[in-house]
Amino acid sequence: MGFSEFFKKKGTGSIAKDRLKLVLVSDRAGCSPEIMEQIKNDIIAVISKYIEIDLEGLDIKIMQMQSENNNGTVPALFANIPIKDLKPAKK
Amino acid sequence: MGEVIVITSGKGGVGKTTTTANVGTGLAMLEKKVVLIDTDIGLRNLDVVMGLENRIVYNLVDVIEGTCRIRNALIKDKRYPNLYLLPSAQTRDKNAVTPEQMKKLADELRDEFDYILMDCPAGIEQGFKNAIAGADRALVVTTPEVSAVRDADRIIGLLEANDMKRSQLIVNRIRMDMVKRGDMMSSDDVCEILAVELIGIVPDDENIVISTNQGEPLVGNDTLAGRAYMNICRRLIGEEVPFLNLEEKQGIFGKLFGKRKKN
Repeated sequence: MGFSEFFKKKGTGSIAKDRLKLVLVSDRAGCSPEIMEQIKNDIIAVISKYIEIDLEGLDIKIMQMQSENNNGTVPALFANIPIKDLKPAKK
Repeated sequence: MGEVIVITSGKGGVGKTTTTANVGTGLAMLEKKVVLIDTDIGLRNLDVVMGLENRIVYNLVDVIEGTCRIRNALIKDKRYPNLYLLPSAQTRDKNAVTPEQMKKLADELRDEFDYILMDCPAGIEQGFKNAIAGADRALVVTTPEVSAVRDADRIIGLLEANDMKRSQLIVNRIRMDMVKRGDMMSSDDVCEILAVELIGIVPDDENIVISTNQGEPLVGNDTLAGRAYMNICRRLIGEEVPFLNLEEKQGIFGKLFGKRKKN
């Protein structure tokens, strides 16, 4: 894919829209980046007790998800945690 | 009983004062009795946009503090006898007035006027709280930019938290050529993100600058922005008006412009 083709596909208008959607989710949830960072660190601490995880690839964010029973959307905490190695269970 | 409408945005410079001046003048053209209140204490602007800056004697703070009566502070517009302006004070600050006092003032004006328009200052502090205190309805002005839409979302949240009965959106300074090539969010994009009722789309029009230079609102004249503002006024009084097809108009304008260039 050529350079110009790439820009044709995604105008800066849709970039703006995508960025807004993301920033508004955390704005509306009243959840600051600092709190997200704390949540992330706590999750790392807990999971690392049992599993060796890839800290570089770890990603958490609040997203809008389609709710299961009604037609509205609800905020959901989304965490993508790549596992490096399952630690052998300690005896 | 008149309706109190606040024009607000969160972010500064998106066109609150221009919108207030044009919507107010448009409502007066539709033969409504209208008063515009500039609630931006310390940064008076609505008077110059209306071209009434030389007629100010008393201001909002004088009325609130009881230095003068409301009727003495109201400035009659030079074009429409049923349009009035209550200017803001330039030498005081926002804390000179409380939300309760603003609500009382708005309620007093309801008997005499069909529409009371509050031009809200930027921000979400005291000035914003004062401006929304007595309002039945809010017009939220935004532009298709990330910063303005984000602030509009915050404002809409605050309006809901303050039990505003109705909030409607005006998307200002749309450039159809940019929307068409995908480099600007469309009014549909903005509406989808903010999930709020749309009442108007105003194109980015250099005639706005020209009209502000002269202190004469352009609502109702044969410019794109003038028509867009008049449509907003008609929707406000309950008429069903389809949204302007800005793209089509752009085409015709482009053709006209092209022709003129050739001649």
